[in-house]
Amino acid sequence: MQIFNFFKQFRRLALLIILLATWEYASRFILDKTEATLLPPPSGVAQGGYELMKSGEIWKHLIDSLSREFVAFCYASVAIPLGIVMGCFKWVNEQVDPIIEILRPIPPIAWIPLSILWFGVGNVQNQFIIFLGIFFPILLNTIDAVKNVEPNLIRAARCLGAGSWGVITRVVLRAALPQIVTGVRIGLGVGWMALVAAELVGANSGLGFLINDARTVLRTDYILVGMLAIGVIGLCLDRLIRYTAQKLMPWSRALNA
Amino acid sequence: MPALKVEHVRKIYPSMHAKGQEVLAIDDISLEVQKNEFCSILGHSGCGKTTLLNLIAGFEAPTAGHIECADKVVSGPGSDRSMVFQDYALFPWLTVYDNIAFGLKIKGISTSEIQQIVTRFAALVGLSQFINHYPHQLSGGMRQRVSIARALVVDPTVLLMDEPFAALDAQNRAMMQAEMIRILREESKTVVLVTHSIEEAINLSDVIVVMTRRPGRVKEVIRVPEPRRMVEDTPAYLEVRRQIRELIAGEHDVSETI
Repeated sequence: MQIFNFFKQFRRLALLIILLATWEYASRFILDKTEATLLPPPSGVAQGGYELMKSGEIWKHLIDSLSREFVAFCYASVAIPLGIVMGCFKWVNEQVDPIIEILRPIPPIAWIPLSILWFGVGNVQNQFIIFLGIFFPILLNTIDAVKNVEPNLIRAARCLGAGSWGVITRVVLRAALPQIVTGVRIGLGVGWMALVAAELVGANSGLGFLINDARTVLRTDYILVGMLAIGVIGLCLDRLIRYTAQKLMPWSRALNA
Repeated sequence: MPALKVEHVRKIYPSMHAKGQEVLAIDDISLEVQKNEFCSILGHSGCGKTTLLNLIAGFEAPTAGHIECADKVVSGPGSDRSMVFQDYALFPWLTVYDNIAFGLKIKGISTSEIQQIVTRFAALVGLSQFINHYPHQLSGGMRQRVSIARALVVDPTVLLMDEPFAALDAQNRAMMQAEMIRILREESKTVVLVTHSIEEAINLSDVIVVMTRRPGRVKEVIRVPEPRRMVEDTPAYLEVRRQIRELIAGEHDVSETI
């Protein structure tokens, strides 16, 4: 049974392994030396990854990027109370919604030039760009979640004696939580992408800086290692939130689907 | 003093469309429910019986007339009129225990007292074994038991039930009706039940209010001869059922608007 499962897992990776093998072969035996520099084989990338880990350089960049993402997330989490207020009170929504609707379609990357002038090159500017990436998905999902709370749950709470404040804290917040978490997941994903873009142009450290810096010295293997790290971290962040949310909210159908 | 008094209540809904007509949902309904009486409101779907229940609960305000619960005019929802919903409306993030305790926690009752009350009511509805389960782990019938216990713990003056067993299959429905009779024997309550099932109304009620089609008015009030002791298919039972059937069949499908 164990072996069977192993093979089943292995089968899922078959195409990936074939592609990697083809890449390795092409890079070693088909491409000439210049071209191979531009596309190093997987083994070369692994070698580069090992070097970066051994020297500790990649960890430094990784921690810098993650801490930027984290700080930006802390700021962006004001989107949760704001979204709840907007979802609960019509007049707040009326006032704030037009502003949000204008700002929302502007991609975080479009803020980079202005933000460099405002904050200079460095942490604050990066955090600002990530903040923009995280903020809107959380806000929109929170508003939507609050508006879509099952009306009978609110009625049930009210006829059990809950006042407006009780309904918000005991029902709306709880019922909206799964979708708020979905907003956080999407937000962190968008933020992570924005982070790399911000670091490409406005940073002295971080994974985005690492791959851009490697370009100047033609270390394509380092570039690929950096790109892989960005992908893996993004995936891990997403899984971590999903796993935690499922553990904390086993009752939510949306999260466990 | 009646537990619940509905006086000349009328409800008009504004039209859905800009130029459409207003809809008169219920018109000039008056009724009284005495303490510990079980009153069923029976009628076709769309006759405004749920509207009437929502008005009693205070979820909506009547256009004219007023409703009194224990001599207090109803002006909004309150725990003196707790409700059991057709779709249960349990809080999915709370366990059975916490769902039942919801109204008690809002009242600010001490934890030890809450535990005592919840334990008693969980036993009353037969859910002592499932106190730590979440609603999604329970069957429909069990969820409705939680909902009943949750509405009863706040000790309402009137317990409101909105087609509580309509979502259950026939066997579960019959069982839950029997359970309801048993629960009310142990825990006397004034109940207003909305239903479209004639049998359910006869099995559970002291008084049955038959409503007309839209706009909903009181067509007739029928007293059940032997409340909650009627045996199905006996002549007395069949007679009551025939009487109600005729009242309801007399209501043709005509929509009136003003």
